[in-house]
Amino acid sequence: MVLAISLREAGVDPRLLVQSDAVGNAARFVRGMFPPALGVDFLGLLVRPVIETIQISLMGTTIAVVIGFPLGLLATASLMWRGALHERTPVARRALLGGVPYGLARALLSVFRAIPEYVWAFMFVRAVGLGPFPAVLALGVAYGGMLGKVYSEILEGVDSRPIEALRAAGASRAAIVLYGLVPSALPHLVSYTLYRWECAIRAAAILGFVGAGGIGQQLALSMRMFQFDEVLTELAVLFALVAAVDFVSGRIRGRLV
Amino acid sequence: MSDTRATAGVGGAHWAWWTVAGFAALVAWSAHGTRVDVGALLGAEGLGQMTAYVAGLFPPDVSPPTLRDAALGAFETFAISFVGSVLAVGLGFSLALVASRTVLYRGILYAGERLAPAGRAGRIGIYALARGSLNALRTIPEILWALIFVFIVGLGPFAGVLALGVHTAGVLGKLFAEVIEDIDPRPIEALQATGASRLAIIVYGILPQAAPQFLSYALYRWEVNIRAAAVMGFVGAGGLGQRIHVAISLFHEHQLLTLLLAIYVIVTVVDALSAYLRARLL
Repeated sequence: MVLAISLREAGVDPRLLVQSDAVGNAARFVRGMFPPALGVDFLGLLVRPVIETIQISLMGTTIAVVIGFPLGLLATASLMWRGALHERTPVARRALLGGVPYGLARALLSVFRAIPEYVWAFMFVRAVGLGPFPAVLALGVAYGGMLGKVYSEILEGVDSRPIEALRAAGASRAAIVLYGLVPSALPHLVSYTLYRWECAIRAAAILGFVGAGGIGQQLALSMRMFQFDEVLTELAVLFALVAAVDFVSGRIRGRLV
Repeated sequence: MSDTRATAGVGGAHWAWWTVAGFAALVAWSAHGTRVDVGALLGAEGLGQMTAYVAGLFPPDVSPPTLRDAALGAFETFAISFVGSVLAVGLGFSLALVASRTVLYRGILYAGERLAPAGRAGRIGIYALARGSLNALRTIPEILWALIFVFIVGLGPFAGVLALGVHTAGVLGKLFAEVIEDIDPRPIEALQATGASRLAIIVYGILPQAAPQFLSYALYRWEVNIRAAAVMGFVGAGGLGQRIHVAISLFHEHQLLTLLLAIYVIVTVVDALSAYLRARLL
């Protein structure tokens, strides 16, 4: 029933796909793609956006870590108010110093990741102007929200015995985080961050559609000017870029976990 | 510091140091290239502007027409993501079957009787074609598919449905094929011993084993798709995105906040629904 209502609401009408001008448009699109644009001038034009896309993904992921890691720590229940670390903390203190920041961090992370990076990018273009910078901020905020949540889940799942041992030895809270929690979770944290970087390169490529730099800006331009031969070349470049990043990231992850 | 300590055990201290140094250089290079200006952003002026912008969003516009519009947009977004995901499962599943080597030409199903060389070559060709199409579907981002389908079927949510369906089919098809190829062979051997046909083995041996994984991946992609559906509208493919695009472009800040809240609600609802279904089903 949900499907039936959704079908109607989404305006699904398969007839649209087979009517003559749809077929004609599709044919025009496919025919227009061949042969792909391979002029030296055009390829030269693509070098900068490709580099920019890589830089956006790297910088965006870095900012995401800077935002996600502290918030992720605050959003870790076992660190803030629950479990072995807090057995002897008074309840009121636990709620005030642990529960409140924990709740705030969770709420912030959920807002960050619920708004798609694309919408963030559009807002940041309004705030700081066109170019790669708004894309970096958009990735940083949206992916910061995702990283923070997953970081907190990873930290939550860390084996608690080394931590209890540290506590028994009288270590401070900061020391426990630094020497007990983070080192044992690190391979997983880094591995997930690398996975997010793979996603970031794809995202960086499309953020250009709202004017936020990178290969996407070029792609949107070619698409709007109906230069489908350029679209094909740009897609091939994008494919190579994504495959290269997946390969590098996969190799590093393979060594880590 | 802690970076190097943990990785040192894996690849040796040398490797770890080079990685960290290389990574720092890459980030510096990227910061330069993307003209990141943290000073300006977090300086008094930048911070003041940002605060003013966020403060300007409040209060959200809760007048009945805006609320009705936001609810309509949220519902349309939900519909796009749902139908798009269903389409993707159908399309992805069909492609996954012919993109699995173990279904087509090798492994336990074909251990007993060999395929004729010509038949085998043909099946390898089908496999390569299916894998190739999955790659192509996946490579083209949803938003570009949306532009393409707006070009083909015109403006509106249907273009968004097709875009999500086609892109996600590429993603799910690859994942489904991996699940099929990684399946536990023992139940299949048992079925084979009873003399079951290949089709029967696929239907009764392979698919029941793979179904929970399929479902879990499909639900996960639905969570991704609700976010994607929310931005489809930026290129004219319906949903909340279209309304957000208008609100940002025309500086309707209060309406923008209402629409952002609508995205937040619909995304959170779908995430919770998907998590609930996954916990129930698996």
